Amino acid sequence: MWTFFHKMASPPHFFRVAKTLIPWLAIPGYALLAYGVFAGLFLAPADYQQKDAFRIIYVHVPAAYLSMMAYMIMAIAGGIGLIWRMKLAHAVAASAAPIGVTFTFLALATGSIWGRPMWGTWWEWGDPRLMSELILLFLYIGYIALRSAIDDTAKADKASAVLALVGAINVPIIHFSVEWWSSLHQGPTLVREGGPAMDPAMLYPLLAMIFGSSLVFGSMLLRRIRAEVLRRERRTRWVKELVLSPGGRR
Amino acid sequence: MSQQSTQIPGLLAGLLGTLRRDLLLAWKRPGDVLNPLFFFTMVCTLFPVAIGPSVEQLAFAAPGVLWVAALLATLLSLNSLFLADHEDGSIEQLLASPQPLVVLTLGKTTAHWLTSGLPLVVLSPLIALAFRLPPGTIWVMMTTLALGTISLSLLGSVGAALTVGLHRGTALLSLLILPLAMPVLIFGTRTVSLAAAGDAYSMGLFALAAYAVGALSLAPFATAAALRISNE
Repeated sequence: MWTFFHKMASPPHFFRVAKTLIPWLAIPGYALLAYGVFAGLFLAPADYQQKDAFRIIYVHVPAAYLSMMAYMIMAIAGGIGLIWRMKLAHAVAASAAPIGVTFTFLALATGSIWGRPMWGTWWEWGDPRLMSELILLFLYIGYIALRSAIDDTAKADKASAVLALVGAINVPIIHFSVEWWSSLHQGPTLVREGGPAMDPAMLYPLLAMIFGSSLVFGSMLLRRIRAEVLRRERRTRWVKELVLSPGGRR
Repeated sequence: MSQQSTQIPGLLAGLLGTLRRDLLLAWKRPGDVLNPLFFFTMVCTLFPVAIGPSVEQLAFAAPGVLWVAALLATLLSLNSLFLADHEDGSIEQLLASPQPLVVLTLGKTTAHWLTSGLPLVVLSPLIALAFRLPPGTIWVMMTTLALGTISLSLLGSVGAALTVGLHRGTALLSLLILPLAMPVLIFGTRTVSLAAAGDAYSMGLFALAAYAVGALSLAPFATAAALRISNE
């Protein structure tokens, strides 16, 4: 078990394993996405209340879920990097941030587009989930800004890891406070919690989208980590050998 | 040698020593303490000018205005928390000291709260009265501000330690701290609004106190770690 981890912590080994792993994530991931998009758009029946507008959940839910997942990965990887001084973990954190911020933005944008027909407004200040997601976007932006403000990679890694951990402790508190705040508003009652159970014809495409997006996210993350590892290890011998070997650009 | 090692003062002496030093520095440079206060007052003056002098509107906006102004004033003063020490190298002395860095940073943060948070709390009733906040809610506002500024000082010290010595540190500091400070702002403003409307508000006070205690027990460690990282 531990030797597995030690091996994975070695950049050249990880570089090779990630390469073989990527297609195993990407191919089923994109296949699931293709099924999910098709079934979500054409096979699933229109919602009796929301009509066709509900179909945006097939993008919105996976994006929102992955935006939080990416932050968790970022914080945990940062913590591992700080505690065990594992350089690869910092590369993981650095690679997760741009993907996470994209998903957060996507979740906000789709939520806003969904809100237009549902609540009659592009932006509803009273919805705690929208607010939490917006603050999450700010947290990501702060993290990326701090990373890019520090030139020394090792220093940027550690400083941003501290920030990610402080942020990770705060995220539940922020969510709780925003919920408390919005519960005081007399705003419209939003998406019904515990409403009628979802029709399987609607649910399966959603599950396919969630799993597919997660797999694609994993493959994108691995790709980014590979690039990040190459950039960080550019002065080492194994990278030089890799680049100079015949047909070894990959 | 052994005699010397027994002379290393205890934890409390280290804490009080840093606290005393920073308070003394603030006393010698009153501008650093007063500028954020003037800033706070001015931001609070800007709102009636911008919103209009309608009394109901001002009383409605008062908690939010006061809290946002306090948040910005705290941010303004946070920038200099470690800056002077970084420039004259005394931060190296803190790092090299045999005292745990956590205790020393706690001393510095306490000094920061005493010179930035506490004056805001003392000044706030004046502004609250000018904004026609019901007199009975003024002490609620002072309590929320006292608890909230403690959390802001602690949370901000982490950000200040992370950004010390960076170019464009000020803008970056706001970017890092403002989203994290959101719970403090929410609990602070809503508690005062609820109290002004005559509703039950104790939950907000408890939440603020809990946040302050949590920050007090966790933030100094993060600050110390961040200081070590940014002074490597």
